[in-house]
Amino acid sequence: MANPKPEELVQIQYPTPSKGWMDPAVEFRKGTYCYSALARNLNYLGLPNAREWQPFDADWKLPPDWKRIILDGMKERLEKFRSFRLFMDICVRCGACADKCHFYIGSGDPKNMPVVRAELVRSVYRRYFTLSGQLFGALAGARDLTEDVIKEWFYYAHQCTECRRCSVFCPYGIDTAEITMIVRELLNLIGCNINWVLEPAANCFRTGNHLGIQPHGFKDSVDFAVDELEELTGIRVDASINRKGAEVLLVVPSADYFGTPHYYTFLGYLALLHEVGLDYTFSAYASEGGNFGLFNSHEMIKRLNAKIYTEAKRLGVKWILGGECGHMWRVLHQYMDTMNGPADFLEVPVSPVTGTRFENARSTKMVHICEFTADLIHRGKIRLDPARNDRWNVTYHDSCNPARAMGLLEEPRYILRSVCNQFHEMPENTIREQTFCCGSGSGLGTDENFEMRMRGGLPRANAVKYVRDKHGVNLLTCICAIDKATLPPLLEYWVPGVDVAGIHELVGNALVMRGEKERTTDLRGEPIDQKEVAHA
Amino acid sequence: MKLYGALIAVAAISLAAGLAGSVGALQPLLGIGVPYCALAILLVGLSWRVIRWSRSPVPFRIPTVCGQQISLPWIKSSRLESPHSTLGVIGRMGLEVLLFRSLFRNTRSRIDQGPRLIYGEAKWLWLGAMAFHWSLLVVVLRHLRFVVEPVPAVALWLDGLDGFFHVGVPVLYVTDIVLIAALLYLLVRRLREPQVRFISLFTDYFALFLLLGIALSGIWMRYFARVDAVAVKQLALSLTVFSPSLPKNLSAWFFVHLGLVCTLAAYLPFSKLMHMGGIFLSPTRNLANNNRMKRHVNPWNYPVKVHTYEEWEDEFREKIEAAGLPVEKH
Amino acid sequence: MRDRGLIYSALALFLGLVTFPAWHNLSAHVTGKGPEVRLPVNAKQCVAPVEYMRTSHMNLLIDWRETVVRTGRRDFTAAGGKHYNMSLTPTCLEQCHGARKDFCDRCHDYAAVSPPCWNCHQDAKAVLRSAK
Repeated sequence: MANPKPEELVQIQYPTPSKGWMDPAVEFRKGTYCYSALARNLNYLGLPNAREWQPFDADWKLPPDWKRIILDGMKERLEKFRSFRLFMDICVRCGACADKCHFYIGSGDPKNMPVVRAELVRSVYRRYFTLSGQLFGALAGARDLTEDVIKEWFYYAHQCTECRRCSVFCPYGIDTAEITMIVRELLNLIGCNINWVLEPAANCFRTGNHLGIQPHGFKDSVDFAVDELEELTGIRVDASINRKGAEVLLVVPSADYFGTPHYYTFLGYLALLHEVGLDYTFSAYASEGGNFGLFNSHEMIKRLNAKIYTEAKRLGVKWILGGECGHMWRVLHQYMDTMNGPADFLEVPVSPVTGTRFENARSTKMVHICEFTADLIHRGKIRLDPARNDRWNVTYHDSCNPARAMGLLEEPRYILRSVCNQFHEMPENTIREQTFCCGSGSGLGTDENFEMRMRGGLPRANAVKYVRDKHGVNLLTCICAIDKATLPPLLEYWVPGVDVAGIHELVGNALVMRGEKERTTDLRGEPIDQKEVAHA
Repeated sequence: MKLYGALIAVAAISLAAGLAGSVGALQPLLGIGVPYCALAILLVGLSWRVIRWSRSPVPFRIPTVCGQQISLPWIKSSRLESPHSTLGVIGRMGLEVLLFRSLFRNTRSRIDQGPRLIYGEAKWLWLGAMAFHWSLLVVVLRHLRFVVEPVPAVALWLDGLDGFFHVGVPVLYVTDIVLIAALLYLLVRRLREPQVRFISLFTDYFALFLLLGIALSGIWMRYFARVDAVAVKQLALSLTVFSPSLPKNLSAWFFVHLGLVCTLAAYLPFSKLMHMGGIFLSPTRNLANNNRMKRHVNPWNYPVKVHTYEEWEDEFREKIEAAGLPVEKH
Repeated sequence: MRDRGLIYSALALFLGLVTFPAWHNLSAHVTGKGPEVRLPVNAKQCVAPVEYMRTSHMNLLIDWRETVVRTGRRDFTAAGGKHYNMSLTPTCLEQCHGARKDFCDRCHDYAAVSPPCWNCHQDAKAVLRSAK
């Protein structure tokens, strides 16, 4: 199937049909939805209603009592989550969120306005859980729960990347991510999942990481990276796995040691941690920082996250260091301690290099590597040669979750300004707390969903285009594994000529290691200064 | 349908109240029975809604962070946009409730050929909302002069401030004008902006028409129909001390105003207008971004099925050992 | 949940504020009787019907003021044919109603109205007292 061309895709209309949004019919058009989860993944995780089906089928083979399951599930969640009950009740439909969603901006589908996406659920809530909805029906904005509504929920709950941008603008802080998470949980109860979420979750449950890499494979990947780093720098670093008694457990998203350009960031970690002499170990059991449970259910978050503390305890480390990843840090920052804590067997993180006590992580005991590195640079503990990154003209994409769930805004910028000479911010409505999603987060980064991803990523890509054209930016940095996987195709589609890299790739490039050989290439194996090489 | 339905509903309520108010025999019902009922529904209904919210716990601390976190001491954290202390949360909530901080951020996006996405300032909604809510608050507080004797100083002060320009007799209140203008703006915006019109429900129009009806009938009563204010206060005071008595000379216009106010009061607990209380409970705003500093407890946290280390090692032991990695059991 | 105490306290405070008029008025023994106005003893008929005067006397007084100031004419013919001198202090107060605090202020204070009349006009009885 040929994907639509950018110039076709950008002809976006913003229709507002006069018949309103209550008709639930959706068309599962190729390129705008994700395939269903395979039965084996559901079975492995013990999830209900495993079967063969696809979203475009007329019959979704729902369980016979699907309606009762959904309504009971709603009732249970209304009682368990104040956020859900409140967000069902207090929206005044002011419309401030409407054009804040990247999927609405990119698709023009009026049901992708965050308010309408939530109304799809609210209408059912009103019909079955409020007096006015029961009495006045459609007049009170209530709708019956039908199989078409389930299909509609499925379609639109997977056109929300849980990026929380709308929540920044909502006068009541209504968070569509919260609603999407609950809807996906409800759909999960009747077996309506997507494979791009469930397969990584099942893999992670079994092997410890999303990619399903088994312990020996993990060891091979790390060894390969150690060899490669030696080739590039002349220094052999020690990257131990499952070593008891290390001071720190390092947890990174699995894409870091298996995907490109994540891999160069991974090399950056190895170089940096060796240079400052951190006593750390990886875990093959907890070989994944990311957590696709976040895109399935709260229970699945906890199931997948549990291994991090378990492993920290087993290995007897003092604290945990986490790599560059977006949704991983939403879970680590906002959920882990609550779900699987208290981590009273760990110590308050202290950087052995600088002596800095990370008071902001004193309960969870897990530090973001950008916090760790910014501290190193600020205390002058590492030597940096930013000129080694001179071939890059850099901008920074605030990944949604580190920005809007953590507030990790200045640390990466401080690092970037220290490791490269050319840095330009994108327009202010597209960065920091107003940052735009890559369009492929929350498990939607699959090939069959290509068109919707390109649409959802348009606002981000367009801001990159702005700095590319204005300042000659040729590198988009970010601290999210999903970004690193999905921004390259997005940029190639909308803004050719801009590469994607993690922050620690640039750190690794700029890092002057003691005893290193003269570096002629960066971590990508490409000449450090292309101009010089061209003249040579 | 939604628009005209709401308009007709409010007009019908006004007409019914006005007609009933002109019939002497129905006045006690309208002047005494209905206000008591409406107030009871408001108080009980509102409490019930808040209590029901409170009964759902907040399992996770999920603030939407809009500024720099507190981390390293040399990085300035944003105390109001990413509060890490109770004081900061109070500040953030104060900004939100009193000044509509989030709405102030509002932007408008449009797409030009190129393609080029452009985000512009869009503060009108914020201005309209501020104008409406603050004038409504002043108007409500001004009405204290009818229900408390002697009249509290705050009502006198607001009265003086609101009538500062001394235009006309009775003195024109600035908030009357602002309230009507803001409501008309909100209504026109709802009708003119295609997206907002698309999302609007019957209740959105109904609330606007109801408030407009209340404001217009109040203005009409004060400046044109000339209702006897002393009689109104006699009725109001008698109601507050639970020995209701109906003065003779109350005009039908007063009953229109009262009827609409009672409708609003009784409708409020069942409507989106509960955002008034809900905003205080919003977990993305009223929680501190101190997640890693202070553990948040989920009251219903329950054990889940995990893949334990032992199970994992059992499954992969040979491969782990072959790779030269340590194991717990050989 | 730990925040329920806070929520219920805030709710109670809100309910207390909303019902403040009732608490206050009950404890202050306020009734719905209304203000007591000292009625004129030497006149039975006002310049206009009582019902009109009750709600709209301010309009009549403003009319008087403008007529006198703009045309200089001071004669007002009431509906019954009786003539009055259009003047607040000599006519309204001195002839009938007496001190403003016994008549005007009673209702004005009750309804929290503070008309600017007394910025210029004088209270008759007070003037008479100080002259003695």
